Parts: sequence; structure tokens; C-alpha cells
Amino acid sequence: MTGNVRLQELAVNESGFVFDPHTGLTYTANETARYVIEQMKAGSAVENIVEGIKAEFEADGRDVYRHVLEFIHNLQEQGLSSLEAPVE
Amino acid sequence: MNKADVVIGVTGLNATDNPGPGISVIRSLRHDPEFKGKIIGLSYDALDPGNFSDYADAVYLIPYPSEGEDALKNRIKYIINQTGMQICIPTLDSELPGFNAISDNLEEAGCKMFLPTKDQYEMRSKTKLPELGAAAKIRVPAQCVIASIDDVYKLHEQFTFPLVIKGVFYGAEICHSVEDASIAYNKMVAQWGVPIIVQEFISGTEFDVVAVGDGKGGLVGAVPMKKMYMTDKGKGWSGIVVKGDELMEMTNKFMKATKWRGPCELEILRTTTGEHLLLEVNPRFPAWTFLSAGAGVNLSMAVSQLAFGSDPDVMPAPDAGTMFVRISLDQITHVDQFQHIVASGECHGMEPK
Repeated sequence: MTGNVRLQELAVNESGFVFDPHTGLTYTANETARYVIEQMKAGSAVENIVEGIKAEFEADGRDVYRHVLEFIHNLQEQGLSSLEAPVE
Repeated sequence: MNKADVVIGVTGLNATDNPGPGISVIRSLRHDPEFKGKIIGLSYDALDPGNFSDYADAVYLIPYPSEGEDALKNRIKYIINQTGMQICIPTLDSELPGFNAISDNLEEAGCKMFLPTKDQYEMRSKTKLPELGAAAKIRVPAQCVIASIDDVYKLHEQFTFPLVIKGVFYGAEICHSVEDASIAYNKMVAQWGVPIIVQEFISGTEFDVVAVGDGKGGLVGAVPMKKMYMTDKGKGWSGIVVKGDELMEMTNKFMKATKWRGPCELEILRTTTGEHLLLEVNPRFPAWTFLSAGAGVNLSMAVSQLAFGSDPDVMPAPDAGTMFVRISLDQITHVDQFQHIVASGECHGMEPK
């Protein structure tokens, strides 16, 4: 099963509790992490996710980009995404 | 089968810290909103905790398998006469050969079962896992069977450490050295006798699947689960239903190859590289069977219907994310109830205080 399929199957609730029905593992995501997962599930590009976070959370541009890439790498390590994040 | 007045007997009421599946199976049957029948608890020991719950309408002691088939046959026939028991669901590994041997007698007396055949029971034996894997085209860990402590000191010729030492009926220990292996060997032999199974150790995540086969190669229904918390005996104390296409695919392959009849539990390892290996097959419902009913797949009811000769209800996909969390409770009873079971071997109208 590919990471993107697993990403689509992730159950994420409003409080940031994340359940992976493929492994039975659970995670806790903060507000921005939940936003990134939801945007990735909707098929948004990394650049659009970064712009969205800047607008939604009033965050600084360069740090946001780096943090989003780091988070996507974390998801990849967990087998939860096959999305190729651009190398900084 | 008329769920409104059917009488079903269930064994395995030993709901201890290493629980038998009986109470879980009974709760599943009662979970069906249409079920209004009676449950007869079949118990081996007067102090089995299930004897003192109100899950069964009546409890009867039955003889241990060591007392032989005639003793079991006579006792079950007596229970059929007393209660009108129409279906019996044995739930313990050790009693299956005995119940299989008397199944024709019980059917003549009006009580049906839906059990794996004697051949199927032997086919899934731990010692025959490689043959089962080859027949079903399912990957299994490399293993060998030993029956002497001398063999432990030759294991390094065939395996690298760590490896797994398994008892013929129960128990498994990961061993990192010859010393570990010899201690585990002696412990398993003392508990379960020989032979001992030695398996290669493969790291990964274990999943369990409770499933029912229709006896013709088809899968009636299945629920895959991952244990979330285990006791020091390795028993799942909580678990969660997962989606698992690969787990269901392996379960289907197993059913097709064995034409499995009745309930079973498959223990499957998912390696870190995503491969799936069959570790073990238990020929009966597991103790966490009630989770399947909670996830919308009432496999206990399906087995009752199949035993009766009816078509089982259509099984939906299990609801992933459904969890069980086991609990220990002290049941309060009275010596009157206990003495009734001890003195007469039966107890009716169970009412926990």
C-alpha cells in the first residue's frame, strides 16, 4: 500500500488525534500539523500549503517552508506519504 | 435458525488472566438484537469465573478431555436432554478432538456443531506450518522441530540468534543465545511436553485475524486486529480493528487452501519492509472475539447459523478503529451457588449479586 493511499485513509479529528487504520497506530498532531495533513489529503502542493499556513497562522515565510518540509519527511518515515517534498 | 428461541452451548468459561474465549463468544451472541434464545455455559471447573456471571442462563460442568470421549458424550447428551441444546460451540484447542469424535452422536441427539475437521485441525498444527505455507502459497518463517536438549546446541548450524522457541500448544520466547534457548526449551517441555518448535526471528508488527470459513474454501467473515497493550503472558488486554488488505488476502488464501470449517485465529507478522508472514493458526475463536461483534461482524452468530444449516447473515466490512479494552472485575456471589455447582455439577438461573 502506497504512502499516499495511507495518507488518504488517515482519520484526523478536530482535536488533532490521528488514527492510521492500516497499522492501528495513533498520533497527536498540533493545529498546524493537522492543517498540513488535511491540505496534503486534499492534494495541495507544498508551496500552497506554506502560503496557507502563513495566511492562517500569521507565521514567518522561510521557517514555515522548512518546518513543512520537515513534517512531510516525518510522514514519509512513517510510511504515511509518498509525496516528494522538494529539497531545500 | 430462529434466533428467538435457539439454545446454544458454549465452552471456555475460564475468564481468568489467560482467558478462554467462552464469555466473549456468549457476549457476541447476546449482542445480536434478534437473539432471544438461551445460552448454556459448559464449564470444566466449579470455580471458572464464567459460572458466576449472568451471561449464561445455566451452567453445566463437563468432564476434562483426559476423561475420554465416552464421558464427554454421555455428559453432553444429558445436557441436551435437560436443556434442549441445539448448537454447541467448543472454544478450546484441547477439547476439539474430543468434540469432533462425538459430533455424529451429538447430531443424532439433536445438537449440531460447525468445527474444523480432524485433518484441518492437524494441518494447522504448529509443527506443520511449513507444509501449510507451501500448500496455501503463504510465506511462513523458517522453522524446525526438536525433541531433545542436545538439539538446542546444534541450532546455530541452522539458525542465527535471536530465534524463537515455541511450545507445541502454547507459549513463545525470543532467545538471544544458546543459554536462553536451553532455558526456554526446558521450560516449554515442562509445561507442554515435546516436541518444541524453533522458528527464525523476524522483527515486525504482529496482527491477529479472527475468521470463519464456510468449509468449502470460502471466507464467511474476518476481522483484523492489532494488540495495543499486552499482559506479561503476552495476552492482548486491548486492541484495535485495522484495515488490512494484505491480512484479508492471506486469510482468503488460507481458507481456499484448507477449506477451513468454522472459526479460527490467524497470527500474522508484518515485517518492517511490508512483507506478511503467517506465524500461527489457532483452530478456534480467540478470547477477543467480542471485538468482531463490536465492529459489526458477528462471527459467533455466523458459526451458530452455519452449524444449524442456515445461511449466515451478510457480513459488512469491519469498522476500523473499533477498540476493546479488557477489565478485571470481582464478581460477588454466594456459597449457595458455588455449592450447587460442586454438588450437582449444574446451576440454573444465574444471578450475580
